[in-house]
Amino acid sequence: MANNKEKFFDFLVFLHGLLEMFGRSLLLTFVKPYYRRDILEQMYHIGVRSLSIVVLTSTFTGLVLALQFGHEMAIYGAKMYTGSVLIVALVRELGPVLVSLVAAGRVGAGITAELGSMAVTEQIDAMRALGTDPYKKLASTRFVALTVMLPILVAIGDTCGMIGGWIVSVTALDISSDFYWSIAIQYLQFSDISAGLIKPIVFGMTIATVACYLGFTATGGTRGVGEATTRSVVLSSILIFMLDFLITKLTIGSM
Amino acid sequence: MTARGDIIIEFRDVWKSFNNHQVLKGLSLSIYRGETLVILGRSGCGKSVTLKILLGLIQPDAGSVIVDGIDIAALPERELFPIRRRMGMLFQGSALFDSLTIGENVAFALKEHTTMSQEEIDEIVAKNLLFVDMAGTENLMPAELSGGMKKRVALARAMAYQPEILLYDEPTTGLDPITATTINALIRKTQAEYGVTSIVVTHELASGFSVADRVAVMDGGRILEIGTVEEIKKSSNEFIQTFIAGPK
Repeated sequence: MANNKEKFFDFLVFLHGLLEMFGRSLLLTFVKPYYRRDILEQMYHIGVRSLSIVVLTSTFTGLVLALQFGHEMAIYGAKMYTGSVLIVALVRELGPVLVSLVAAGRVGAGITAELGSMAVTEQIDAMRALGTDPYKKLASTRFVALTVMLPILVAIGDTCGMIGGWIVSVTALDISSDFYWSIAIQYLQFSDISAGLIKPIVFGMTIATVACYLGFTATGGTRGVGEATTRSVVLSSILIFMLDFLITKLTIGSM
Repeated sequence: MTARGDIIIEFRDVWKSFNNHQVLKGLSLSIYRGETLVILGRSGCGKSVTLKILLGLIQPDAGSVIVDGIDIAALPERELFPIRRRMGMLFQGSALFDSLTIGENVAFALKEHTTMSQEEIDEIVAKNLLFVDMAGTENLMPAELSGGMKKRVALARAMAYQPEILLYDEPTTGLDPITATTINALIRKTQAEYGVTSIVVTHELASGFSVADRVAVMDGGRILEIGTVEEIKKSSNEFIQTFIAGPK
């Protein structure tokens, strides 16, 4: 019983830590100094260096989805509408979730490992000792970079997925190129695009918050950093799925 | 020097615990401006925690820590930053930023808190690296340096912003005797040339005695005795005698 109480208390402390990290990262974004150069560097690391994996993942998702949808829809004689289903699924759901999961694995893990290493070697304490706020210099810059870059990565991923779907539609499903794009655009609604852009913004904030918090609080040497990195990917992924459901429910509810 | 100037730092009945383990148990200690005080004690007796409390990196559970008339114990983080800029700390593991070059490490506080030009910063960096006998290493990475060299660069980094107070956490631990002597000489040189107030935390007697104006022996989370090196050596306290002579 006492053990359960302790666990619950630890969970509350953890939750408080996460919320505090989110609040600080968000508020410090609007406080000087702005560390524009650090933000640009992080944007490069997070955005540009994630491009290849995002392009590959999204293109193959588009290819596979078009094949799958085309095959299933052919049974009901609706093969021609493969493009519309694929694009709505990509823009609303798969694009944001897949790219964010890739970011959680690649970027979130990297942030936790880097900040965790700094924490266990007292570099974060050294930064504080030198009069610099690590929440501002390290966490807030990564928070801004991820929140800005993830929607851009998702937009690129969506485009690659659509191109993947187009390749399969034209080459394997006998759908004309003009029909694929016209029907795709016709069925794509503003609410799909807005939901598809809100999600990566929220997911970007989530990945940054989790990654920075677990990095800052890493203890126990290299093993502790490894554990924090694993937890960062797992927790970010779970939160992405939970928040995806919540945002989908809210945006569908508002339609 | 015999330091009896005004008090710059004062710990008043400071208590601190971690996970039900009481580390500091009513620590009280006064440090005079311009002196080098060595806090001597066994590993785990709360020496490093004392330094971290002084820097505001850890908040005490109870008690006051007065730095130049300001009680920093209850200050929020944002109000601690200007006070921290008056201090420099040499961490036990050096804590150099491993993604930055040596030059960038030493320049860190200057770039963060001043509007100096790059030329002015480069000049100060070069001067501080020369002071610690590490001239010309600006473009090296911390991973390319030995333990002793890292300590020297960390001292240059701590000195770059011209702090009034320098804190040393186990400055010679893990170093060979010759490098340790070099670091001790640097501590004396820094004190002599810049007149900073220095607090050195160590468990190494020879190192502590060679740099100290006064020695505070710590055990069980409080100061057992404080005095000059000679006074401590002559102490009748059983723990201090065992600590100096080693267990029989």
